Amino acid sequence: MTTETSLSPLALEPSWLPVCTVEDLPRERGACALVHGSQVALFRTFDDTVYAVQQLDPYSGAHVMSRGIVGTRGGTPTVASPMYKQVFDLRTGQCLDPVGKDPRHLLAYAVHVADDVVSVGPPVEPGQALLPDAVERGTG
Amino acid sequence: MVQPPSPRELVVVGGGMVARRLVDALRSRDTAGEWAVTLLCEEPRAPYDRVALTSYFTGRDPDDLALGGQEIWDDPLVTLRRGVAATAIDREARTIATSDGRTLPYDSLVLATGSYAAVPPVPGRDLRGAFVYRTIDDVAALRAYVENLRDEVGRPLRGAVVGGGLLGLEAAGALTALQVETTVVEFASRLMPLQVDDGGGEALRRLIEALGVKVRTSTATSKIVGLLGRVSKMEFADGPGLDVDVVVFAVGVRPRDELAREAGLEVGERGGVVVDDSCATADPAVWAVGEVACIGGRTLGLVAPGYTMAEIVADRLLGGEGTFPGADLSTKLKLLGVDVASFGDAFAAEAGGLEVVISDPVAGVYKKLVMSDDARTLRGGILVGDASAYAALRPMVGRELGGDPAAYLLPEGAAPAAAGDLPDDAAVCSCNNVTAGAIRCSVTDAGCTDLAGVKACTRAGTSCGSCLPLVKRLVTTELERSGVEVSNALCEHFELSRAQLFDVVRVQGLTTFSEIIGRHGNGRGCDICKPVIGSILASLGTGHILEGERATLQDTNDHVMANLQKDGSYSVVPRIPGGEITPERLIVIGEVAKDFGLYTKITGGQRIDLFGARIEQLPKIWKRLVDAGFESGHAYGKSLRTVKSCVGSTWCRYGVQDSVGLAIALELRYRGLRSPHKIKLGVSGCARECAEARGKDVGVIATDNGWNLYVGGNGGFTPRHAELLAEDLDTEMLVRTIDRFLMYYVRTADRLQRTAVWVEDHEGGLDAIRDVVLEDSLGIGADLDEAMAGHVEGYEDEWAAALNDPEKLRRFGSFVNAPDQPDDSLAYVNERGQARPATESERAGGSLLIAGTTLEVRR
Ligand SMILES: Cc1cc2nc3c(=O)[nH]c(=O)nc-3n(C[C@H](O)[C@H](O)[C@H](O)COP(=O)(O)OP(=O)(O)OC[C@H]3O[C@@H](n4cnc5c(N)ncnc54)[C@H](O)[C@@H]3O)c2cc1C
Ligand code: SF4
Ligand code: FES
Repeated sequence: MTTETSLSPLALEPSWLPVCTVEDLPRERGACALVHGSQVALFRTFDDTVYAVQQLDPYSGAHVMSRGIVGTRGGTPTVASPMYKQVFDLRTGQCLDPVGKDPRHLLAYAVHVADDVVSVGPPVEPGQALLPDAVERGTG
Repeated sequence: MVQPPSPRELVVVGGGMVARRLVDALRSRDTAGEWAVTLLCEEPRAPYDRVALTSYFTGRDPDDLALGGQEIWDDPLVTLRRGVAATAIDREARTIATSDGRTLPYDSLVLATGSYAAVPPVPGRDLRGAFVYRTIDDVAALRAYVENLRDEVGRPLRGAVVGGGLLGLEAAGALTALQVETTVVEFASRLMPLQVDDGGGEALRRLIEALGVKVRTSTATSKIVGLLGRVSKMEFADGPGLDVDVVVFAVGVRPRDELAREAGLEVGERGGVVVDDSCATADPAVWAVGEVACIGGRTLGLVAPGYTMAEIVADRLLGGEGTFPGADLSTKLKLLGVDVASFGDAFAAEAGGLEVVISDPVAGVYKKLVMSDDARTLRGGILVGDASAYAALRPMVGRELGGDPAAYLLPEGAAPAAAGDLPDDAAVCSCNNVTAGAIRCSVTDAGCTDLAGVKACTRAGTSCGSCLPLVKRLVTTELERSGVEVSNALCEHFELSRAQLFDVVRVQGLTTFSEIIGRHGNGRGCDICKPVIGSILASLGTGHILEGERATLQDTNDHVMANLQKDGSYSVVPRIPGGEITPERLIVIGEVAKDFGLYTKITGGQRIDLFGARIEQLPKIWKRLVDAGFESGHAYGKSLRTVKSCVGSTWCRYGVQDSVGLAIALELRYRGLRSPHKIKLGVSGCARECAEARGKDVGVIATDNGWNLYVGGNGGFTPRHAELLAEDLDTEMLVRTIDRFLMYYVRTADRLQRTAVWVEDHEGGLDAIRDVVLEDSLGIGADLDEAMAGHVEGYEDEWAAALNDPEKLRRFGSFVNAPDQPDDSLAYVNERGQARPATESERAGGSLLIAGTTLEVRR
């Protein structure tokens, strides 16, 4: 995916942390990683792209996002909170279905995969999403 | 909204179903609050569902008979006075005297005093053991008498019902339910002389005799003989006498018009307060509705015309012009489980009628249609034994049937669906007087989008329910027509409904999600369709829920085989079949809880829930439990939860069957069965029902002869009592019936649809389901049996299997880069000697915290 290549320069920055291999992550499920003391939820989708968002579920206050069901809405990769089922865009952390509540978003983290090793980078500024098409337009 | 300074006073005398409807109708129309209503109820309870009185014998609780919408009594403009009778009317002063010594002023007065149960003047009618059948108190007294007397004399009791009409057969049903050997004595030459003809009466007699009730027609009761002040024998005008322990009079009703008589209001020749077609008496301030009203020269003993009168008076009180359109005396009843319906000109009273009759004594069916002389227009009909065509036929009275009338009399299921082209003014729900047009309108104009909405909006189908299949069909047709897509689609990934998907997966033998979504869906699924497919695959016995790709379908509970709690920790529930547990095992649970610092609580399903387990602790906890012989309790799954039981005949003084033994057998049989929603069962050892089995999806209650089976109950947000599916089954038949019921449910219910709603939504309701599971009307019985046998055979403990497979255990790490490090966000405080999650403010305060449960685990 384009995310990998266009973000690869950032991988040199000290805040990047290798956490596991792609194989350590079950396909179409999540797992949690400790990144500089913060809990980060990692997801490996059907096409083997890896995404990272905060593990804290903003609706329940529990650290559970990695345990949600991974899927798609339209073409968007998503995760549904295992607690109250709000749906989030894995690429941006944006809440797509707040299930009747006010929308609250997740922090998304930059992810870099090289030689099968998954590294988690800094949180992505909201609006500066890791949308592949946005990256191509040079806004990433 | 302008509230007039003080509303006018309306007093309603009589707390029956019609009075209740009047209050409802007035309060829903009188938005300006013009009227304050006082309801005087002589009975010590709010109006209840008298039509369903006999169901008191299958339940026990008078609350089962409550009418919907009890919040009406909280309305500040409504005053309900239970146990207070009106004793006199002073029309000049416009006041009412009451039995508690008060005087109430009225601006308008409505008499809704209903009827007395009539008692014929036979000698001996006052003996103990002679009853009438009208109120909850009547049936409670009857029940108490029968139960006490049986305990006293220690032999089966014999009873007789005087009267073979609607009420008499209801009463016979009640006596039979009390296990009294029953004879129905009817003066006329056939049963239900007012509703059915000779042919129908004969079919009815055969059906009822087949149920063990004896029938004596053309028989006049001359005397009831007493012994020690108690009923002991009946004598007849001719023929031999009959030894009896209990007699129920059900010979008809007499209007309770005494208040009106004394107040000088006109009463009819055969009783009843005379009213005009606006339900007004000669006194403009006094109205009469329901069974006490004599309208068009006669009183009407059904609830539907009473409801119509109530609506008219509500309308008139607010300045409307409504008039009584004439009564529809059509009825459909289920008496002792036998369908009887009679509608329109059932006796071909109008000249020049043609009769089309189908009579099948072997199948126990008699059906007759009365047609106009050109055989085109339907005038009326009688259906005995199978009244499934009633809902479609009754609204067609006075209209051209189209096609061969005999086609409508074909067996159930074969009848053509007439709903689509029903004219707007055809009355579909006669209980609530709702036309096809009103139902269509509730969809097109009021924006109702499902059956429940239409029921709430129009009231159609909320009384006897016989019109529901037709209402449902109308709603669906109308939704489709108005472009609202009646979509069964599961979610954006599947066009199919759960039931359709189940069939497809089953028939095509698909076993993976990728295959299923590739062939029948699009995208990669979501939190709606994935668990559904996970459940379907599990129901079809395709192996462990965490095997390969299937693991991605499970929501977090199934994925880690535990229940997610609010703080992100899990709870663990080992199976305790039937709630029976040895002291040794109790100790194991206690030790595990202590070693892992878990909070313990007894669940409503008679087992023990262990809370506060972290994800990485789950395999360790289960290793201990499995080693001690426990297995998964599936508390996390949409699957069988528990089979609750009372202690039953092994210990209990009253028990008649071994409820614990059966509960354990059932729990072991259905454990692990994945289903559209959770399933709970209950087994009680006698009719006292200590296991609360009727609050379960499947409830079993022991009888002297076997087991009664109830289905479709649940607790929760909308509690429902399970309804009787079959009586006195032996254990083998019981198990087969439950097998089929559950498997049929698993295959055909919607996602997250519990059995209660599934039964309600099922075409033809409980009766149709009974036909499927007991009579095999769909010919799928053997298939269902085989599927259940496959489930029983293929069962394995999910936790034991997972513990043996390192691949499955991978998912239990807390962090991919630190699998054994506890999540430090979990914090607990001590409460009543156990840990519980800390609240936000306790966390902020900091002092009270117990760190996560990191106690050393003893090996
Ligand atoms: C077992 C049974 C089965 C039935 N099945 C059907 C059926 O399937 N279909 C059908 O259409 N109909 C059926 N009916 C008939 C139906 O129940 C009645 O038509 C209907 O209940 C009449 O309602 P009502 O309000 O006019 O009178 P009631 O229901 O008789 O109510 C009158 C109430 O007023 C009270 N009352 C009387 N006098 C006073 C007073 N002075 N002060 C205060 N309160 C007073 C009475 O105690 C009573 O509670 C059945 C009846 C019975 C008993
Ligand atoms: S239901 Fe009957 S058998 Fe069971 S405990 Fe209660 S009284 Fe005893
Ligand atoms: S006809 Fe009785 S509820 Fe509709």
